[in-house]
Amino acid sequence: MKKDIILAGVGGQGILSIAAVIGYTALEQGMFLKQSEVHGMSQRGGDVMSNLRISHNEIASDLIPFGQADLIIAVEPLESLRYLPFLSRNGWLISSSRPFNNIYNYPDIEEILNAIRGIPHHLLLDADTMAKEAGSLKAANIVILGASAPFLGMDFELLENAIRFIFNKKGEPVVEWNLRALKAGKEFADLNQRNLA
Amino acid sequence: MQKLLLLGDEAIAQGALDAGLSGIYAYPGTPSTEITEFVQKSKYAHEHGIHSKWSANEKTAMETALGMSYAGKRAMVCMKHVGLNVAADPFINSAITGANGGLIVVSADDPSMHSSQNEQDSRFFGKFALVPILEPSNQQEAYDMVHYGFDLSEKYLIPVLMRITTRMAHSRAGIVRREVRKQNELHLPSDLRQFVLLPAIARKRYKHLLNNHAHFISESEESPFNVYIDGHDSSTGIIVCGLAYNYLMENYPDGKVPFPVLKIGQYPLPKKLIEKMADDCDEILVVEDGYPMVEELLKGYLGIGLKVKGRLDGTIPRDGELNPNILADALGKENTFGLPIPNLVVGRPPMLCSGCPHIDSYNALNQALSTLEKGRVFSDIGCYTLGALHPYEAINSCVDMGASITMAKGAADAGMNPAVAVIGDSTFTHSGMTGLLDAIVEKTPITVLILDNATTAMTGGQNSAAMGRLEDICKGLGVEEDHIRVIRPLKKYHEDFVQILEEELAYQGVSVIIPRRECIVAINKRMRDKFKNKPTATP
Repeated sequence: MKKDIILAGVGGQGILSIAAVIGYTALEQGMFLKQSEVHGMSQRGGDVMSNLRISHNEIASDLIPFGQADLIIAVEPLESLRYLPFLSRNGWLISSSRPFNNIYNYPDIEEILNAIRGIPHHLLLDADTMAKEAGSLKAANIVILGASAPFLGMDFELLENAIRFIFNKKGEPVVEWNLRALKAGKEFADLNQRNLA
Repeated sequence: MQKLLLLGDEAIAQGALDAGLSGIYAYPGTPSTEITEFVQKSKYAHEHGIHSKWSANEKTAMETALGMSYAGKRAMVCMKHVGLNVAADPFINSAITGANGGLIVVSADDPSMHSSQNEQDSRFFGKFALVPILEPSNQQEAYDMVHYGFDLSEKYLIPVLMRITTRMAHSRAGIVRREVRKQNELHLPSDLRQFVLLPAIARKRYKHLLNNHAHFISESEESPFNVYIDGHDSSTGIIVCGLAYNYLMENYPDGKVPFPVLKIGQYPLPKKLIEKMADDCDEILVVEDGYPMVEELLKGYLGIGLKVKGRLDGTIPRDGELNPNILADALGKENTFGLPIPNLVVGRPPMLCSGCPHIDSYNALNQALSTLEKGRVFSDIGCYTLGALHPYEAINSCVDMGASITMAKGAADAGMNPAVAVIGDSTFTHSGMTGLLDAIVEKTPITVLILDNATTAMTGGQNSAAMGRLEDICKGLGVEEDHIRVIRPLKKYHEDFVQILEEELAYQGVSVIIPRRECIVAINKRMRDKFKNKPTATP
């Protein structure tokens, strides 16, 4: 099994936490992993992305070639579109529909959502509302991860274990709301993926 | 042994800890910062008294590391590529003095300028200094090379340069550790004049360095990091340096490249292996991240010898970071491409955080200068450089650490009045103090804003050497007390701030205004750390 994943968002939105959960799960299964991150200036509210590659075989490049990403996982709709050249023909784009509007020339959100709706395989969900229902707005990134779960080729229980491991230090309530967020995302994906397929 | 998932930077730090490091010296700079931070967080380093505090700048870091090497212990000094410019003087001379305890200089280049003002290639500095260079292609190699590098350094008593790039520094992969080696005992150089570069001694030392060059080439020829892989199609031979090897292999998922491949991880270049490729192949494709250093060397200025392809003939773009697609193009392989980016997608540049004290400073400065012609504010390297962008558009330069004050002085010398410099607290103690002294000596009319946010913010909030010392430093350098003005940059003090600025802009001498308020990210981090401030990394 091999999955090439582009994670996209704005600095501070928690894409590295998504990467940590998937990465932990991959390592627990004895998989190889390469994950390229953005540090430094871009983290100050700029666009950030991460290349996450997991495979049962050794991985050569830290960077995913154009047209070969199995998944684009985005916590922000405008950012989801920035990396379309990486998406493979059968790849899925999973994105939050909630804009993070910190620039003066942010495009019309309806136009952005329409552009996403034009992509053959996509899931668009209001992660903020779902995260709030799960217990905290902070878990919006984990809602998106949950919605990506059916495409990762990993047992859902393993992802849950990874959430427990990674958020354990932050206390039981944090673990609980993240687990609920993960589940809410997955249920959304299960329902809507069928409708779209 | 179980695999550890580490950033390239962290793999280097772990390698150093396991190879008997006694001290790491650095000034923060993306993408090199995490090397030192890893050692700072290491429980093992704390327990074994391994030095890891930040230095004032890369020059002091390099010199201090050289001092530790003099005393016989293993030292590492880390910086971003432009930091090596700052440390160039001790770096070049350290090749002449040589080392005693193992000394590795890590320079992290930033092809494509993800977080830098240029994409200079540190390998040229290594070549210039005539020291061996190591360039890893993956995190495991980065880890292993530190062990190898310290041994090499002690074998020839020579500093070793380790060149990495952003992609290497900030990419994570599993590594397997080796056994931990003990630190060296304190021991002085056998010749106590080795480090005395008086001309008579320096000439001898330089000859010694030149004589060692042949040995360095032999080491490269025998190195486990330089590998010749045979291929059946000798129409082209491929030389891949560092990460380029990975991008090549990405294009051959079965791992079988039809062409002979020379994988380079150690310099000076392995002569025999290059000769073999030149003999065997009709032409050579050189793939290297950064400048076309190897390519130029093999091609020659006139290009009338070997047939060499690479960045110079357009086979590979002349600038920017490599990737698998560039290799596919260079190899004539079919490239894949996803969907085009819709036209509506706009850039999202980094920006000052909501609540950032610099915002208040720029608002005040813009108002104080509003009646004057624009273009008189010289700035520096830090978060506040973002003041160049919308909506502030408040600064007109960003060149190198400390250049704000000195450029303002130059412009004032030319007749610009008022001339303004905007510099951060940490950048000021890195390289601003000496420039300020120049202005004080001549009583040049400049107004210097030292934006004191109590941290080195842009690189992630490291300690600032300026903390609690700014007024004393300025006074000590000779700024008149009446013209050292401190203000808290908050909306409610905006009018006061503007008035201070207007007064000091009118003053025909050196003024220093210190807007002082802690970085908003640093406050948040401090609050979080309060609850979990314990060392995490273990040996």
